[in-house]
Amino acid sequence: MKRILILLALVAAQPLLADSNLPPAYWANRQLPDPKQEAEAQALMDELRCLVCQGQSIADSDAELAGDMRDLVRRRIAAGEQPSAIRSWLVQRYGTWISYKPTAELAAWPLWLAPLALLVIGAWLVRRRIRLKAKS
Amino acid sequence: MSRSLRFAPLALLLLIVVALVWRLATPANTNVPSKLEGKPVPNFALPAALPSKPTLSSADLATGQPRVINIFASWCVPCVTEVKVLQELKVRGVAIEGIAVRDQSQDIAGFLARNGDPYERIGSDPQSRVQISLGSSGVPESFIVDGKGIIRYQHIGPIEQSDVPMILGKLEQAR
Repeated sequence: MKRILILLALVAAQPLLADSNLPPAYWANRQLPDPKQEAEAQALMDELRCLVCQGQSIADSDAELAGDMRDLVRRRIAAGEQPSAIRSWLVQRYGTWISYKPTAELAAWPLWLAPLALLVIGAWLVRRRIRLKAKS
Repeated sequence: MSRSLRFAPLALLLLIVVALVWRLATPANTNVPSKLEGKPVPNFALPAALPSKPTLSSADLATGQPRVINIFASWCVPCVTEVKVLQELKVRGVAIEGIAVRDQSQDIAGFLARNGDPYERIGSDPQSRVQISLGSSGVPESFIVDGKGIIRYQHIGPIEQSDVPMILGKLEQAR
């Protein structure tokens, strides 16, 4: 009985408060009035990684810090800053970790070479198949 | 199919299970360190968090003395225990500055009244902008800044009692 009561109490339990009481930043969930600028901001936000929900982009994340970063991105784009400049400003602070856009750094080489390697293996398999068929 | 190849899927499965168990036992480090260690603190000027306390700007940092910049919030649970350790650092003569993230005056005042107030100055950062410009990814986090305003060390997560000697050592190095 006691166990059941404890389990029932869990149903009513609330997650620990880990968010602030402040509303989201102004541009966190608001589109820029200029559609071209909003498209630029959206494209950049899709490629920036959320520091809280790591693995989500800041465009997808509901974390407050992601909202504040969307506000930062939209504000700077509205002020006429280039998306590449905003990205490198963030990379200076958080490293390439913050950006989903693959770079040419050494660690990213397998990523670039993998499609080529798969193509070569595929071609080799196809050639073998054709040869085997021709023999039989 | 050759005999050894027959066991290949089983070996692959074992490999995957081993990898999963290993990552469950030793979770990956998800901290994102700031790249600004060794670089000057970016320029900033924050509004005051409390009417009774001076605010913080980057100009307050290059004063010849190393100090701790603590990024905290009244809504942050680990900050409650950390602020007591900061109090102890203050008693030992460490200068501690605060940046309150996404916070309100009355909440900060209540937090400091309940838990103690080790801060010389507190700036309010309601949209996390200074936090982001420092390359910080959460609360609490602390930066040790030397007398020239250069960031010497970033501490991710709360400063615990056991971290005190290490923090004092880092401050000594930054002197």
